[in-house]
Amino acid sequence: MSSNNDSEKDKRAQSGFSRRSWLRGAGIGTSVVGAGVLEQEAEAQVTPKVMSGEVEITLDINGRKRSVKVEPRTTLLDALRNRMDLTGAKRVCDRGTCGACTVSIGGKIVYGCSVLAVDAVGKSIQTIEGIATEGQLHPVSAAFVNNDAQQCGYCTPGFVMAAKGFLDKHPNPTVEQVEKGLAGNICRCGTYVGVRKAVLEAAKNYKGGSNA
Amino acid sequence: MPEYKWPPMGKRKVMGQRINRLDGPVKSAGRAKYPSDLNPQGLLQTAMLTSPYAHAKIRSINLDAAKAIPGVSGINLFVQPGAEIQWAGAEIALVAANTEEIARDAVRAIKIDWEVLPHVVKDENLAKAGTRAKAAGEQVTGDPEKAFSEANVTLEGEYGIPVITHCCLEPHGNVISWKGDKIDYWPSTQAVSTVATQLATLINVPATNINVTCDYMGGGFGSKFPPDSWGAESAKLSKGSGGRPVKVFLDRATELTIAGVRPSHYAKIKIGAKSDGSITAWQSDSWSSGGFGGGGMSPIPYVFVNIPNRRNNHAAVSLNSGPQRAWRAPNHPQAAFLTCSALTDLAAKLNMDPLALLHKNAGLTLRADTYRNQLEKAAELIDWKNKYHAPGEGKGTLRRGVGIGVATWGGGGHASKCKVTIHPDGSVEVELGSQDLGTGNRTCISMVAAESLGLPMSAIKVKIGNNSYPASGPSGGSTTIGGVSTSTRKASLNALEKLFEKVAPALGVAADQLEAVDSRIQVKGNPNKAMSWKQAAQKMGPSPIEEMGENVPAQAAREGLNTLGAAGVQMAEVEVDTETGIVKMRKLVAVQDCGLVVNPKTAESQVFGACIMSICAALYEERVMDAVTGRVLNPDMEFYKLAGLPDIGEIVVHMDIQEVHDKRGVIGLGEPCAIGGIAAIANAVHNALGVRVPTVPVTSDRVLNALGNKRYA
Ligand code: FES
Ligand code: FES
Repeated sequence: MSSNNDSEKDKRAQSGFSRRSWLRGAGIGTSVVGAGVLEQEAEAQVTPKVMSGEVEITLDINGRKRSVKVEPRTTLLDALRNRMDLTGAKRVCDRGTCGACTVSIGGKIVYGCSVLAVDAVGKSIQTIEGIATEGQLHPVSAAFVNNDAQQCGYCTPGFVMAAKGFLDKHPNPTVEQVEKGLAGNICRCGTYVGVRKAVLEAAKNYKGGSNA
Repeated sequence: MPEYKWPPMGKRKVMGQRINRLDGPVKSAGRAKYPSDLNPQGLLQTAMLTSPYAHAKIRSINLDAAKAIPGVSGINLFVQPGAEIQWAGAEIALVAANTEEIARDAVRAIKIDWEVLPHVVKDENLAKAGTRAKAAGEQVTGDPEKAFSEANVTLEGEYGIPVITHCCLEPHGNVISWKGDKIDYWPSTQAVSTVATQLATLINVPATNINVTCDYMGGGFGSKFPPDSWGAESAKLSKGSGGRPVKVFLDRATELTIAGVRPSHYAKIKIGAKSDGSITAWQSDSWSSGGFGGGGMSPIPYVFVNIPNRRNNHAAVSLNSGPQRAWRAPNHPQAAFLTCSALTDLAAKLNMDPLALLHKNAGLTLRADTYRNQLEKAAELIDWKNKYHAPGEGKGTLRRGVGIGVATWGGGGHASKCKVTIHPDGSVEVELGSQDLGTGNRTCISMVAAESLGLPMSAIKVKIGNNSYPASGPSGGSTTIGGVSTSTRKASLNALEKLFEKVAPALGVAADQLEAVDSRIQVKGNPNKAMSWKQAAQKMGPSPIEEMGENVPAQAAREGLNTLGAAGVQMAEVEVDTETGIVKMRKLVAVQDCGLVVNPKTAESQVFGACIMSICAALYEERVMDAVTGRVLNPDMEFYKLAGLPDIGEIVVHMDIQEVHDKRGVIGLGEPCAIGGIAAIANAVHNALGVRVPTVPVTSDRVLNALGNKRYA
């Protein structure tokens, strides 16, 4: 089967799932990525080829502009963890199931493993390191401590970010809303009883506002 | 020698308080550095090539294209051409490169010529296992034939609990740097003090060259003791690169495929009883698999061990699948599920309430009174009297039911050494080569030291997570808290005794007449003759007091600081939708025998966590093998399912904290609470439906299959 024909390519473009569209969405001109990448795209559909090579982008993270070299395929999570030493967000499932990598982009809670770094250019990214200065605790983090909503703690930063994002939208949640609102995060140690309490307590102590 | 025994229950100032875990703030702020978070200067990243085949021979390996990729630093093989691979996911090659992306490219560029061989990956049906099943030999007690022929009622049932994986959120792995003679090793480990010795053997260096650091680790549950082959190969890649640090952490699919599983257990069970419910005979034909090496043997009949007439047959089935590792209470959750399911079905056959059946047969356990009390307490907490009904009785398409599971575990304290240092400025350091898996170990150590020295916890600096500190055992089998609390207690009191000797002359009494209370050293019973801790420390002179304390397991019974043997009862209430087959948790109650509890807050969290793990195993998680390809079908987190926040219902934990238990000493809690929940939930489903769903997890397809044409209205 060959997909190397125009009508196929057009269909992909319309569905919004082609590489072409993410490159456009990221606001990166083809000249930055390197000549020939798009030309190779059709061929890439036949024999999957990996686009290697780094580009320098600028990310707006926790209120600071930082430049970082990434590959087009590098996820935001890997850019943060491997290339910027921001390791609060964890890589667990690496495919949008567990929430351990939760960060916020433009005030919206997202899975960092499911966003390409180049797609995050020009948007304001907040990671757990940015919700409170070092040595201080954001009220949501404090509620996690008070209610022992963590054991090994590997899921915790993701939960805190998800909880904060949830509370920004639902400042007075019911238990059911908390359960549904945080259903996108998984903990293996089984800290949900504490998490449930922590989020309800945090709701009391912390009202809205996307920044601490 | 100081009197080491614990202060009496009512007299403790720190131990027994509900204390927030010390590392809570750094973890919840996202600033705790786990091994997988470390990015030392010059770091090389890795990617691993694993076998796509469950059984195959490697004819040849060609690394040329992979090595030619710019940025690749080195490629090490786990196996050589000619090797026979016995499970999909087996380690083949590890690539180190400047970035993970490059390492992955290189993995894709490795060419292997495979000779694919036949595999066996399914174990549900013993008859199909053929020569892969190895019988363990029959065990007979009493006269089972006679007992069955005389029994008024005989129950026969078949039950199964499949393989599950540990699914630690932080995958297995490490960062390591090998430069000259010196190896710095940051593993995600449960075994800070023993892992270096194992690694040393694998890479042929003296263990003393290896410095192990693990401040935090993201879950182990029994699977993170060894350094693993990838630990060894990453070390060699570091050496080969001239000492650049190398990071290796398994990707999720590999983690779920090879980094440890809990063995399956299946059994055909027959129980004989008198009409009054007294159990007289047991027969089981069981089999299990934990991978190519076979599987564990479940201790059945579980808890009700003294059934007078018994016949047990067990077979271990060797599969072409990833190997087993210890999983929180090895073999016990499976044994509890098999036994308690059969007992509940027996009760149904006898037209008896299963709670009454267990009470009736409590004499067959080793701790009859404890189980009776726990059954009563759990029944009260779940409101058994009002919630229990004859199996399947009720109205409507939504059916509720209650069920029971029981547990037992040994524990005891592992060997542990602790060093306590009192510095001349009054500051105190406590050092142990132990680790905190998320149990609250660090916090408990601090509490024990504070209690023993009469200081606030803020005055104590706890140093764990490094093998340069005095050796403490690996965290397995619920032995950590017993070990570290004992060694910390003894080291603290030994150091205090030395401090008393220094200050006794100034207070004009003999050293043994002093006590440490509220940051003061005072004459026993005379708070007016005292000096502050700081003043006391100044009397030490320039050199610090350094004292050791040790838990020696063989002496533990005599000393009475820690002990073993924890019983538990769990009861569940579920609601089953008979139209969709979906089971929802309503409530899970855990009554836990726990000895002296150092920190009730973190101890309870451990029990809550175990309850939730039981919900996962009872309703959601199962490793599914594909018979055709021999691969794991669900090595990811959308299809390897774990419970989420909306799935757990209400959970009630009752720590049985009372003086009689407290007097026994400290008991580990990791395993005993992770045992009974699966059985309780499966039995609650039986009570709701009046039909046994024989295999967990109780998924909707299994419920609907078990219901067949039965209709509920
Ligand atoms: S790592 Fe991103 S959702 Fe799991
Ligand atoms: S605390 Fe360990 S995974 Fe959530």
